[in-house]
Amino acid sequence: MRYPLAIEVNGIVYEEEIEPHRSLLSVLRGELGLTGTKEGCDDSECGACMVLLDGRPVNSCSFLALQAGGRRVETVESLSKPGELHPLQAAFLEEGGVQCGFCTPGMLMSARSLLDRSTHPTEAEIKRHLSGNLCRCTGYAGIVRAVMKVAAAG
Amino acid sequence: MIERTYREPADLAEARAMLAQHEGARVVAGGTDLVVAARSGKSPLPQRLVAIHRLRELSGIEPTADGGLRIGALTTHAELEASALVVESWSALADASALVGSPATRHLGTLGGNVCNASPAMELGSPLLVFDAHVELASAEGSRRVPFGSFVTGPGRTSAQTGELMTAVVLPAPEPRGRMGTAYTRLEYRLAMEIAVVGAAAMIRVDHAGRCVEARIALTAVAPTCVRAAEAEQVLRGSAADEARIEQAAQAAAAAARPIDDVRASAPYRSAMVPVIVRRALTRALDRARTGAR
Repeated sequence: MRYPLAIEVNGIVYEEEIEPHRSLLSVLRGELGLTGTKEGCDDSECGACMVLLDGRPVNSCSFLALQAGGRRVETVESLSKPGELHPLQAAFLEEGGVQCGFCTPGMLMSARSLLDRSTHPTEAEIKRHLSGNLCRCTGYAGIVRAVMKVAAAG
Repeated sequence: MIERTYREPADLAEARAMLAQHEGARVVAGGTDLVVAARSGKSPLPQRLVAIHRLRELSGIEPTADGGLRIGALTTHAELEASALVVESWSALADASALVGSPATRHLGTLGGNVCNASPAMELGSPLLVFDAHVELASAEGSRRVPFGSFVTGPGRTSAQTGELMTAVVLPAPEPRGRMGTAYTRLEYRLAMEIAVVGAAAMIRVDHAGRCVEARIALTAVAPTCVRAAEAEQVLRGSAADEARIEQAAQAAAAAARPIDDVRASAPYRSAMVPVIVRRALTRALDRARTGAR
């Protein structure tokens, strides 16, 4: 059985009919066509699917879409307009925080949720906050440097 | 096959009615155990879902009239680790909450979920044992309180009856005797998205001369449920709680462990690590008792 779902994603309210078992990730990528958010492990280990729910990071692969009803979701597509870069995106490129790019949307959203709450996080706080996001390419150093750079710029 | 249903009660009364109506109805809050278990193929998503994440009655951390604490079942790990009340007087619970999963897990995962999922490796279990916590349950018939130690009865099993919903954990006021320090620590292979290989909570109370007037120790992930280590506690009571006595208590704690072999560790390794982790938990709790540091 499908249930009505009204969900605000990146400032737009979408209305869909969704089955109970569907993940938020599958609705974002499927019905809504927002493919920036990635499916990695699909059971909450890797963080590639990280989006913000009411401003807090959530593994969207393992979160029931219906439970996001009436709540505010932000995906990587919310960071910048086409042709522009969010300061975090620019810093990731400058600091070598991107190789294959698959983890990047999740990393960016986790980093953004930290910077939204904490203007001057320490390196240890950044590492702790990104601890649910795996990257198999960069060795993390560039990613942490990128977040520190944006934090330092205020 | 019956079709899967999803319902969102607007308040506690409606939730109780929904759970009473269908025997197989299962509650979902943050979904960090229930939905993840379904994704990974460990256990299928229940056919009748009752999503309780909007129930205001189940949120909030409130001091009780007698100096204890009532923590709503929907309180998240992130709220527990950030609560000044919990950090100050129930430090072991804050320690454990801060170790759960990742920032995302801690924002969604709840106290009620951690307790009712009843994993032998549940991070909050040993702290709740040393604090003599009670679990508050509500059903269409009324509500009752059960000691946490008898609520969790085995791996994934609790004494909750059909139709009952966990509404809160109640922590009694700390005893006035002496100064108290508590701590929880675990053996882990990595710092995030980890589950305790072996965990231990310690509560220790010292008088003005530094002597131990009360000690409680509980172990995680070395038995079908979290368990108190009574022999080890007895070693400490009335002692100076010096290094030699701490070591003796840590060794004695192994008597309470009945570990199994699994993918995370062998039984002999878990047994060997019990004294190590208990010593760390006791040392930290004692330091907090003596210095007031948190």
